[in-house]
Amino acid sequence: MRGLIPWVVAVLAFWAFTRFGATLAPWAFDWPRAAILPAARWITAFTKWLLNEAHFGLFTFQDLTRAISAVIGAPYRVVTGLLSEGFAGLPPLPWIAVIGLAGLLGHRAGGWPLALLVSGCFLFIAVFGKWTSAMITLASILIAVPIGVAGGLALGLAAYRWQIFARAITPVLDLMQTIPVFAYLVPILILFGFGPVAAVIATVIYAMPPMTRITLLALRRVPDELRDLGHMIGCNRQQMTWRVMIPAAKEGLMVGVNQVIMLSLNMVIIASMIGAGGLGFDVLAALRRLDFGAGLEAGFAIVALAIALDRVSQALAHERPQALPRHVYLKAGLATIALAAVLALILPAAQTYPAGAQLSTGTFWGEVVKWININYFDTLEAIKNALLINLLIPFKRFLIALPWAGVALLLAFCGWRLGGWRLAALSGGLVVAIAATGLWEEAMTTVYLCGISVAIAMLIGLPIGIAAAEKDSLWRGVRLAIDTLQTLPSFVYLMPAVMLFRVGDFTAMIAVVAYAIAPAIRYTALGLQGVDPRLIEAGRAMGCTRWQILTRIKLRLALPEIMLGLNQTIMFALSMLVITALVGTRDLGQEVYIALTKANPGRGLVAGLCVAFIAIIADRLISASAARARQKLGLGT
Amino acid sequence: MTQRDDPAPDGMPKLLCRNLWKIFGQNGAATLEALGPEAAPAQFAARGHVPAVRRVDLAVNTGEIFVIMGLSGSGKSTLVRCLSRLIEPSAGEIWFNGRNLLTASESEMRELRRHKMGMVFQHFALLPHMTVLQNVAFPLEVQGIARADREAKAREMVSLVGLGGREDAYPRQLSGGQQQRVGIARSLAADPELWFLDEPFSALDPLIRREMQDEFLRLQSVLKKTIVFITHDFDEAIRLADQIAIMKDGLVVQSGTPEEIVLHPATDYVAEFTRAVPRAKVVRVASVMRDATGPTPAAQVAATAKVADVAAQFLTEDSVCVLDAEGEICGHLHRADVVSLMLGG
Ligand SMILES: Nc1ncnc2c1ncn2[C@@H]1O[C@H](COP(=O)(O)OP(=O)(O)OP(=O)(O)O)[C@@H](O)[C@H]1O
Ligand SMILES: [Mg+2]
Repeated sequence: MRGLIPWVVAVLAFWAFTRFGATLAPWAFDWPRAAILPAARWITAFTKWLLNEAHFGLFTFQDLTRAISAVIGAPYRVVTGLLSEGFAGLPPLPWIAVIGLAGLLGHRAGGWPLALLVSGCFLFIAVFGKWTSAMITLASILIAVPIGVAGGLALGLAAYRWQIFARAITPVLDLMQTIPVFAYLVPILILFGFGPVAAVIATVIYAMPPMTRITLLALRRVPDELRDLGHMIGCNRQQMTWRVMIPAAKEGLMVGVNQVIMLSLNMVIIASMIGAGGLGFDVLAALRRLDFGAGLEAGFAIVALAIALDRVSQALAHERPQALPRHVYLKAGLATIALAAVLALILPAAQTYPAGAQLSTGTFWGEVVKWININYFDTLEAIKNALLINLLIPFKRFLIALPWAGVALLLAFCGWRLGGWRLAALSGGLVVAIAATGLWEEAMTTVYLCGISVAIAMLIGLPIGIAAAEKDSLWRGVRLAIDTLQTLPSFVYLMPAVMLFRVGDFTAMIAVVAYAIAPAIRYTALGLQGVDPRLIEAGRAMGCTRWQILTRIKLRLALPEIMLGLNQTIMFALSMLVITALVGTRDLGQEVYIALTKANPGRGLVAGLCVAFIAIIADRLISASAARARQKLGLGT
Repeated sequence: MTQRDDPAPDGMPKLLCRNLWKIFGQNGAATLEALGPEAAPAQFAARGHVPAVRRVDLAVNTGEIFVIMGLSGSGKSTLVRCLSRLIEPSAGEIWFNGRNLLTASESEMRELRRHKMGMVFQHFALLPHMTVLQNVAFPLEVQGIARADREAKAREMVSLVGLGGREDAYPRQLSGGQQQRVGIARSLAADPELWFLDEPFSALDPLIRREMQDEFLRLQSVLKKTIVFITHDFDEAIRLADQIAIMKDGLVVQSGTPEEIVLHPATDYVAEFTRAVPRAKVVRVASVMRDATGPTPAAQVAATAKVADVAAQFLTEDSVCVLDAEGEICGHLHRADVVSLMLGG
């Protein structure tokens, strides 16, 4: 308990400073206007310079971006031509052909059940009239995924081969994964212009870091013996990489491919803001019109696409010895296309899904919302207002009133206690950096929304996780639910929240909670299930009740894991929070969003970096305390 | 496809290493130089280094089974990886067929490993995405040998290790013993002269292990490779070895024939292993026979046979004739000597 004393002292000092410091040191509360770093202006100026003046001797920077656009644009046009627009006077692939091909792919990956599921998803999209949009989205993914996978693989291989490269790239990867996606949409918009190619580039940048990380991990996990084997039989470099290491790491790498696919889908939807078109654009447009029915329908189509892509890519990770040989699928695929093409010549309905047979649930959902609003408006409104007035607003005021200097010192103290001087310098320094950009109030708004949402997500997620860990049958159901939730692009979460609560902080909070609850549940359940059964047996032998076993043994031992869950929940919440700028929050996300609409790269990046700093502080502090908890429990690191 | 066997130069062993060191950690060689060869392991440890192999001298002759025996962490794997230069030794010399391996370039080393060395791994190291046949053919594929040729050779190897018919199975569909047979077949596919086996049977159940040891001896009687065999099991070492080196904390504490080691353990540490070993299973007839005097017995045994293997003869005989390698009588073996050896433990 003696370890508590410094904490108490620190918190008391912080409180006193907050309470009485305002008159003594006003600069500690409001960063002096004159000292604000004009970082945004610098970045904007730099981008302008890049765009207009940068010259690499033989070519200008603009030539470079144009070349990249051309390289990506060419295959993109081919794929969109095939899927949605047709080219050289030919119509695109008939919808029945696409469904047939999707079914074949499903069969190759997972047999008949998967074939049915995948074709079913595509059929759903056609029936609900989202075919064209979905094919545009799919085209972007089909271009972005191979580039993202190849790029991530190349970076991962390089990091595996050269230690120095690995060390150099790790902080970049960390930053890339914490910077909110909107933030780099802006520079990409500036550099590559509005349109699908820019969207594909943003998608690739977004999806590549996890692939890089997973590649490095998977390669490092290949048993030493296999590496020795490669050397012993005299493999050269290429043989070593392509014949030994990559096949041996295949299962891990396929997890990465799945990640790239799912992240690409998420990003392609978000990138509708810079012209990706497709389903994301439908959601965005519906959101702007507050047309819930249309938005929800587009959302369902995204879900269908997400499920199909996720299940196929997961199934592909596992070798299926009973699958037919490759050439059979190839022939079947060609036959499907030929057959569909002939059929489409005779029967127009085989070419494009007939509009008359489309179902639309748009009006139905509109009615549902109306009905809810008529019958439950007062209840919902009462809940919302009560929470806003009693919880959200006071908490927000409290945070905004905090002095940046005090927060910096307190977090530095936490860093020092948990991980030493380096962590202290990092935490304090990043707080000062946020204050120096003059975005303190927006940052605190972000912290407040994130904090409340994470607290609620943990409050709901912990009990569910605990219950699920106790009962296997429940866990199976829960896991299916959270797995599915996690495959949904973040955009989708906005729709129902907006339907029920319209715009504002409360709506944002609901969407964030819904998005961030999955890791809270998952890590809790996995942590509890991972507790050494011998210890539980010992507890039972000592006559502990179930409750005692849970609180005294399981929760204590699972604490490090639960803290990692908290960490992930925060990361998820931050990434969702930025997107909720669309429903009118006033935080850093809004800054980025405004920057996006005004095409101001400096403003967007600075606000984005502030979000990343918040994420990094939270991540490092929690990881450090989880590591300490593990150490205390003797669980190793 | 048979390889030209580079014989070792006259009088030189096939594989020889002198004063070999491996210090793990950054700049192990420099640390060794700074501390000198007499430094205690703790001195290395204090600098964050692990002295895994220390001043090892070995000589492996053509066609013999050289067993390196030691407990876990004694440096066996490190030693054998130094011998094949999978890891770079910190100091010392390694001579193979009369040439210094440590001066070989990377591509020369690759050629050597491709054509002259084979290795069997403790955990099999089979590639999970390849069938048995593809796994066995893999070393040949790496050499760029045409598919038909390499598959024919691989088939031959697969049936040599008794797995004919399972060519199209995947490793995960095989038992541990079968998987190691695949590993053995693969290591032999390129007809190596020097065959490394790093605890090949340690991951197997005792019964299977025994069966695999017999299989290994049978293979060796046909193939006559030069073998470096690693084990932590003293009984296995005794059973298989022509020569044994016993390792402890990176040092070779004793080396010699199984018989020498069992009869004259150099240290208490070695004596600890030999205590439970039945002498008759190790001692050769030649060591306990007497001069050929008196009437010539009818039964005959080889001088190199183990006493335990000929003991059954004495159910009916009082003494037997001992024949040397040329089939000449070189002595007599008497029941009394056999009985006292067996009872003496
Ligand atoms: N890459 C490495 N880096 C540092 N130390 C190592 C490394 N590899 C092995 N060691 C250490 O060298 C010593 C010898 O290890 P080695 O693997 O050679 O033992 P071994 O006799 O093969 O044991 P086992 O029977 O467990 O395989 C051990 O103390 C081990 O921890
Ligand atoms: Mg070993």
